Amino acid sequence: MTYQHHTHLPHTAEERRRMLETIGVSSVEELFQVIPETLRSEELPLRSGLSEMETRVQIERLAANNRVWGGSGFLGAGCYNHYIPSAVRSLASRSEFTTAYTPYQAEVSQGTLRHIFEFQTVITQLTELEVANASLYDGASAAAEAAFLALRQTGRNHIVLSAGLHPETIQTVETYASGPGAGVERIPLDRETGRTTTLTSNSGTLEEAGVLIIQQPNFFGVIEDIASHARAAHEAGALLVVVQNPITLGVLSPPGAEGADIAVGDLQPFGNPASFGGPSAGYLACHQDLLRQLPGRLVGETLDADGRRCYTLTLQAREQHIRRSRATSNICSNQALNALTATIYLALLGPEALHRVGEICLRRAHHLCVALASIPDIERLYSAPFFHEFALTVRGGAGNFVERMREKGIDPGVHLRRFYPGSEETILVAVTEVNTPADLARYVEAASQVMPALRSKEPAERTR
Amino acid sequence: MMGTTEDRMGIQKLIFQKSYPGQGGLAFPEDGVESVAVEKLLPGIALRDRPPSLPEVAEPQIVRHYTRLSHLNYAVDTGFYPLGSCTMKYNPKLNDELAGLSGFSALHPYQDPKDVQGALQVMWELEQALLAITGMERMSLQPAAGAHGELAGILMIRAYHLDHGGEYRDTVIVPDSAHGTNLATAAMAGFSVQEISSSERGTIDPAILAAALSERTAAVMLTNPNTLGLFEEDILEISRLVHEAGALLYYDGANLNAIMGKARPGDMGMDVVHLNLHKTFSTPHGGGGPGAGPVGVSRSLEPYLPLPLVKVEEESGGDITFSMDYDRPQSIGRMKAFYGNVGVLIRAHAYILRMGAEGLTQASEDAVLNANYLRARLRDAYHIPYDSTCMHEFVASTAHQKKQGVTTKDVAKRLLDFRMHAPTVYFPLIVPEAMMIEPTESEDLATLDEFVDAMLQIDQEASTDPDRVRTAPHSTPVRRPDETRAARHPILRWTPEDTE
Repeated sequence: MTYQHHTHLPHTAEERRRMLETIGVSSVEELFQVIPETLRSEELPLRSGLSEMETRVQIERLAANNRVWGGSGFLGAGCYNHYIPSAVRSLASRSEFTTAYTPYQAEVSQGTLRHIFEFQTVITQLTELEVANASLYDGASAAAEAAFLALRQTGRNHIVLSAGLHPETIQTVETYASGPGAGVERIPLDRETGRTTTLTSNSGTLEEAGVLIIQQPNFFGVIEDIASHARAAHEAGALLVVVQNPITLGVLSPPGAEGADIAVGDLQPFGNPASFGGPSAGYLACHQDLLRQLPGRLVGETLDADGRRCYTLTLQAREQHIRRSRATSNICSNQALNALTATIYLALLGPEALHRVGEICLRRAHHLCVALASIPDIERLYSAPFFHEFALTVRGGAGNFVERMREKGIDPGVHLRRFYPGSEETILVAVTEVNTPADLARYVEAASQVMPALRSKEPAERTR
Repeated sequence: MMGTTEDRMGIQKLIFQKSYPGQGGLAFPEDGVESVAVEKLLPGIALRDRPPSLPEVAEPQIVRHYTRLSHLNYAVDTGFYPLGSCTMKYNPKLNDELAGLSGFSALHPYQDPKDVQGALQVMWELEQALLAITGMERMSLQPAAGAHGELAGILMIRAYHLDHGGEYRDTVIVPDSAHGTNLATAAMAGFSVQEISSSERGTIDPAILAAALSERTAAVMLTNPNTLGLFEEDILEISRLVHEAGALLYYDGANLNAIMGKARPGDMGMDVVHLNLHKTFSTPHGGGGPGAGPVGVSRSLEPYLPLPLVKVEEESGGDITFSMDYDRPQSIGRMKAFYGNVGVLIRAHAYILRMGAEGLTQASEDAVLNANYLRARLRDAYHIPYDSTCMHEFVASTAHQKKQGVTTKDVAKRLLDFRMHAPTVYFPLIVPEAMMIEPTESEDLATLDEFVDAMLQIDQEASTDPDRVRTAPHSTPVRRPDETRAARHPILRWTPEDTE
């Protein structure tokens, strides 16, 4: 009985004995006799437990075996390096928030219920749509849920999406679509501008479609003309879903104003650390008439028995624990704490600082893009306006470029070969407020040194 | 948790009602580059013509607002939380700190594999530990929650049947005691759902199952122990029947906390298993997420796991390197962007390291001991419909108290007055007035006894002062919400007109 003093297990041997007596059995083993003998495990094939100190040392060693780039990193592609205010971390890590369950007992969950209500409110304010749910897993799965919401509403079974969606969003939508057998069709980007080709009502592509999905800005950073896609979708009787990076919403016209029926996106940029890709949270907002088709939890305002304003989970007849096989989604746990993080972040920023952070990202990204594009053999891949992320063609090979730049202390962007086989000369560069003017200058300086060396290696790209 | 006095002193206000134009909680630095007008950088682009009406509040007031909101919450760190099927065990503080190390939290998912060996090693080691605990062949850590893991699992089962000439298998069977997510998942993956009734012992009757199985059955989904807290004693017979019918067996891991070190789903014949790291493996629930719902499979389903998986390679010098394996052509694809809720995975890994083999086994033993102790002490006052040795939870009901007009909802609400969280109520659906009680291994004997005392006092009150129970709670920040009103006239966001 080494573990009678395990620090997470409070019982003493004497207490266990007394409890067994109360139950009326002589040993704990007796309680497990319902498990057939042939199924009983010997012992877990794991190591013995560690002390807190040993556990800390072991995990800290693993953390130290990772490299963090800070302002010298220019990776985006759906996950961004934004500044996280201390108040956000401090408040969202309060254990009254972190160690609570889903707010089923409203009387003792007003903290969670109120911050979800605030979250729903700020998402509707940002998107200019009327209803938002309590969050979904992430932006990609939110896009899939939005597509199915639209299919339920229109009674159609075909999804049309832009090739400018994040490739992993497309893959996620395809996975979700495989079960019910919904069709998924891509519409290409214009090779020159990088914008999604606007469909005309006579092209036929949207004829059977219940939904058109466009990303804003698209995966290559290019800003789409949402209004034109809204017109095309609506003429064809489909709904328009816009997957929008929320950090742009202080600057760009909101999806609701541009004609989107449903807006979704990933809330990582709002105070959630990159954390190797998760956890973040997805948001989903839509028009009032889609409310009954909405997936996920909703918090509503009401009055308590004393007539005081309070909040409670509501419209649960849409959800799996009530509606079971006829629910609008199977989602149960979502990403409440990450939604809280986003809410506190937005409360701190307010409208002015939200606009401001967008503006800094935008200006610094454009500054860097212009400087890089003036280096011989580097040019922008697409011509349409971009926000804080842009694709570059690097003659001589993006693989070599990335490697040389990393040697010089800059992680210059995501090599797009990762998503598009054969895309050997393209990188995607993201700039945020965390990349200081000095970081930008170091990037340009390093790139000017690396490019001539790359050219001498042309044309064959060194394989790794 | 604060009482009603503070509440009446203004805590009811939302952040929007504390907003004053011109205030703000965060300032950013100067551009540091040429401050070109946005219109000039974005020619022809539709810009926001009016700012969003976000709150305008300074940092001190924001900190006070959310700190006060936190005081309105009940949480594992504030008290006993016997919420059945949710495994509200203690969430170790160390693990939060480790997940927050910048070596993890600042990692970008697309960094060069050379940069992220430590993170990949965490994922690899966690997968190995979870395989050892469950007896499965391989596991994807990508799903963000239990239901997400279920969807991945059922889509894998679908892919398996399509590859093995079973395209006509269009039905998933679940017991009537199943979690709602099981049915919703099967439907979401395009299957019809067939419910079978539980036996009078509360478990699956192999004869009823055998009669339901057909060449159209794709899978049977079950939880073991089931939602009554009972171990499915006929599990090996069930497994044989399911596989003889050409169907696959799905294990909902919500209740794994009962059997760590005692029995493994893989040995029961499970083909697919999902786990809830935010239940069994101690990661905080966050008020409704983030969780993590790894999904494990037997050998025959391995090719279908979601993309990507962590791969380990030994180099010539004996060095081990980790990478992401995308070369899996039969995969069902992705369930979300990136690799999963890594911050949650790190916490679970630290938990398993610290508990070790004996610690996890002892945790399950204590969880089962605690549940049986409560069952033994409550059985005289409360009806226990399936009163046999339970696993980590059991289901009681208010069948006795109902005679005094006191329902399960009333008992649950009255418990809140004792500074205790209510059990899961009105679930499973097969027990009228159900209360599903799961104490977990984290509670000491004194806490369990306090809970028993509270439950016994409420039972007394049901006879002596039923109104006190029916109108509970009396001491919480707010009292019972009018749920009908909330649903009939949904107010789902704050608007400026919506002031006191």
